[in-house]
Amino acid sequence: MSAVRSGYTAIVLSFVVALMLTALPMPAWAALWRPAWVALVLIYWCMAAPTYTGVVMGWTLGLFLDVLAGTLLGQHALALAIVAFVAHRFHRQVRVFPIWQQGVSVFGLVFLYQALILWITGIQGMPILAAAYWSSPLVSMLLWPWVFIVLRDVRRRYRVA
Amino acid sequence: MTVDHRAQHLESLRSVLSTLVYPIQIAVDLPIQAGNWLAEYFSSRHRLIAENARLRENQFLLDTRLEKLADLEAENRRLRSLLDSSAKVGERVLVAELLSVDMDPYSRRIVLNKGSRDGVEVGQSLIDSNGVMGQVVHVAPFSSNALLITDPGHALPVQNHRSGLRSLAVGTGPVNQLELAHLPNNADVRIGDVLVTSGLGGRFPAGYPVGRIVGIERNRGRPFATVTVQPSARLERNREVLLVWPSQLTEESDTLPAYVEDAE
Repeated sequence: MSAVRSGYTAIVLSFVVALMLTALPMPAWAALWRPAWVALVLIYWCMAAPTYTGVVMGWTLGLFLDVLAGTLLGQHALALAIVAFVAHRFHRQVRVFPIWQQGVSVFGLVFLYQALILWITGIQGMPILAAAYWSSPLVSMLLWPWVFIVLRDVRRRYRVA
Repeated sequence: MTVDHRAQHLESLRSVLSTLVYPIQIAVDLPIQAGNWLAEYFSSRHRLIAENARLRENQFLLDTRLEKLADLEAENRRLRSLLDSSAKVGERVLVAELLSVDMDPYSRRIVLNKGSRDGVEVGQSLIDSNGVMGQVVHVAPFSSNALLITDPGHALPVQNHRSGLRSLAVGTGPVNQLELAHLPNNADVRIGDVLVTSGLGGRFPAGYPVGRIVGIERNRGRPFATVTVQPSARLERNREVLLVWPSQLTEESDTLPAYVEDAE
């Protein structure tokens, strides 16, 4: 029981850190290059601890992200829920990939996430740059090995799953 | 759900979630604020003395102007009463600080450290010492979100200071650019014209500077001219902002200090 609780604590804390990184101020030119921190952490936990995280976790997290970013309530929630679903669905296959190959699948997932958000943003009539479609997934892919290693250490330390 | 949000049903839920998210925003803001504080603490005595002298001089200048303003306002009130026109509106203001947090990169929004606990309401306008910045769109107990005038979803009724021409200043998305919408090609605008709020929408108090016209493009093939405006408020570089309550009739605004009695 306590193992389950400490597992959840570790997961929630990692999500809090991801939310903080999302809100961290960056210069204007870097705004489009910000990696999708929350999506990255969510994908990791969906893959590594599928019994703990899933669609509901993604959706809740998305609501927080919506409030943090001041976007329409439900925008990130929908995108993250879908990402969580896909990651959960394929976690057995992706888990055994070498790390760079995982990075490529992460690129696909973050691209999906980004595309969903940009579509919703576009429907609201906001102008969007075409570069935004691939800049964030690209940076996320390049960062994936480090996120993976850090979160793996967290997982082993707290014996999640 | 997205549709539901347009009807403002979820405002209370957003307010609750904002309160939960507020510690995260504070945690992000704290190191930056600490850095500023340290920089100030360790700045040299010499610089502080120089700055002090400059501020003193500035204060003196402003004081003399304020005296003149009081005189002018009294005169204005007298003339208005002679003309039997509507009463002058007094405005209440509150100083708020920005939290250094980044939000959605596709819209221009900021987070303020004052919320409904301090009496902030949706629709309040936000100004700095140079001009209009934006308006409050969401309020939570401890914080509030404001939309800047450069947000692509924001329009602001303005008036040309020189010609009196009224128009709408629409945000375009880039940090420092507004556009005047639906101005015909033969409209009386010139580069360098100063725009002020017209107060027509009822949201913004009238007479605050908005920006200066920096570019006019008159296309013969198109019905409207493209007029670009540079906002005069320092939208990306401010830390303190003033929240102005929507203009309301205040009876006790006989003396000038009533103007700023609520400023912290």
